[in-house]
Amino acid sequence: MSEAGTLLYEDELAGACHWSLRMRRGTLLRVIDKEGGANVGMLFYNPENLLEQYNAPDTLKCQHTFKLTTGHCLYSDMGRIFCSIVADSVGWHETVCGNTTRAIVRNKWGEKTYQDYRNDWQKNGYDSFLVELAKYGLGKQDMAANLNLFSRIEVNEAGDLGYIEGNSKAGDYIDLRFEMDTLVILHTCPHPLNPATEYPRKPIQYQIRQAAPVAADDYCRNACAENQRGFKNNEIYHLGARP
Amino acid sequence: MIKQSSLLPEQAVFRQVVPAGDYFIKTIAAGETVRILDLEGNQAADTLFYNAADPAERYSAMDTIREQGNVYLTTGSRLRSNEGRVMLEIVADTCGRHDTLGGACATESNTVRYALEKKCMHACRDSWMLAVAEHEEFGLSKRDITHNINFFMNVPVTKDGGLTFADGISAPGKYVELKAAMDVIVLISNCPQLNNPCNGYNPTPIEVLVWN
Repeated sequence: MSEAGTLLYEDELAGACHWSLRMRRGTLLRVIDKEGGANVGMLFYNPENLLEQYNAPDTLKCQHTFKLTTGHCLYSDMGRIFCSIVADSVGWHETVCGNTTRAIVRNKWGEKTYQDYRNDWQKNGYDSFLVELAKYGLGKQDMAANLNLFSRIEVNEAGDLGYIEGNSKAGDYIDLRFEMDTLVILHTCPHPLNPATEYPRKPIQYQIRQAAPVAADDYCRNACAENQRGFKNNEIYHLGARP
Repeated sequence: MIKQSSLLPEQAVFRQVVPAGDYFIKTIAAGETVRILDLEGNQAADTLFYNAADPAERYSAMDTIREQGNVYLTTGSRLRSNEGRVMLEIVADTCGRHDTLGGACATESNTVRYALEKKCMHACRDSWMLAVAEHEEFGLSKRDITHNINFFMNVPVTKDGGLTFADGISAPGKYVELKAAMDVIVLISNCPQLNNPCNGYNPTPIEVLVWN
C-alpha cells in the first residue's frame, strides 16, 4: 500500500453499471472488489487525442505476459504508458476475452429488460461501453480489446481457455498509477465466460488518490527494459516533443 | 489442425505476390476462398478483415477467441466480427497454428520492444497507414487499424500466464485458406520486422490467391 497516497475522492459503482472518468497524470485509481467475484471492463483513451487508445496486444507482447498484475504497465498504441499496476492483491487480470453482449446475457442468464425490471435490468458490457464511448464522440470502431479486472483466464497447452472461479475475494483491489492524463471508460458487467447460474451483480468501490512520485528505482518502471523505454516515451511526450 | 486444400493454384481467379514490407488490400466476395501462401517460410502476414458493406464491422480477436474457447487459429476457426457474426472460416491450414494475441508491429511499439533509436524502421502499421491513405475508396482510417491476426506466427501462452514468441512453425509453401461468409475487405501487411527471430530476421514475400 506504500504507493497509494492521500485519498482525494471515493465512490461506489453497483454491479451492471457503467461510468467514465478522467484521471490526471500522477494520480492513482484504486478499484476494490467489495463482495468478491467482481468483473470490471475497462478501456483507456488519451483525452488530447482520442485515437490513442489502450492496446492489449502491445501491452502483452512488450512484457511477454498473458496475465496482468503488479509491475505491469498498460500501454497505448503509441508506445506510451497510460498507467502502471503498482499494487494488486489479486495476482491475475485478463485482457483478451472482451465483453458480454445482449445475446450472451440472454443465452446465459435470460433477458431482464428495463421495462420489466427498471434499474435492476441485466445490462451487458458491450452496450455499456457503447453508451460511455458515445459521450466522447467514440463508437464501436474505437472499442479495442478491453481489460477485465479481477477475472482470470488460464490457457492450456492446446490453447483452450479456462475461466478460474474464486479469483478475486471481498476486499481485493488493484492500484493503477496514471503516467499520463487518461480517459477511463469502465463497466461492472459480468465476465462473458463466468459460468454462474444467476447473473452476477457485483459492486466495486473506486478511489482516486494522490500517487507518490515515480522514484528512480520504481518497481514498474524497472520491471523490464521495455518498461524503462515506455517511461522514456512518456517523458518525451510530456516535454512536448511528440504529439 | 493440419488440413490440405484441394484447390489448384492454376484454377485461381486471382494471384498476387506481395513483397516483404508491402501491403495488400482487396475485397473478397461471400463464397470466395482466399489463400495466403508463405513462399519462403517463417514470414508473418499481419491481417485485418472488414465487412465491405460497413467497415465499422470488422474482425474481432476477442470475440473470435472467446466464442471458440481457444486462443489459436487453425482449420475450423470461425473469424468473428465485433458484432459477433462469422466473417470467414479457416477451411485449410498446413501450418497448424496462427496467432491473434500479439498484434502488429508499429514504429512506436518498436521503440518499447527494441530501442528508442529504432523508431524509424519500417513497420506493419506504417504499411496499413499508407494503404488507407492510398485507398480512400474503402473508407478506412486509423480508427479501423485494430487488433489483427498474425498468420504463420507462433505465440504460445503458458499455463502460468506468460507469452512467448516461439520459433516459427511455418515453412516454404505452407498456407492458410479462408472462405468468406460475407463480402470482406482483406488488408494485409507483409511484415517488415527486422528485430524479431520469428522471421529469421529476413522478411520474405507471400502470395495471395483467390478462387470463386
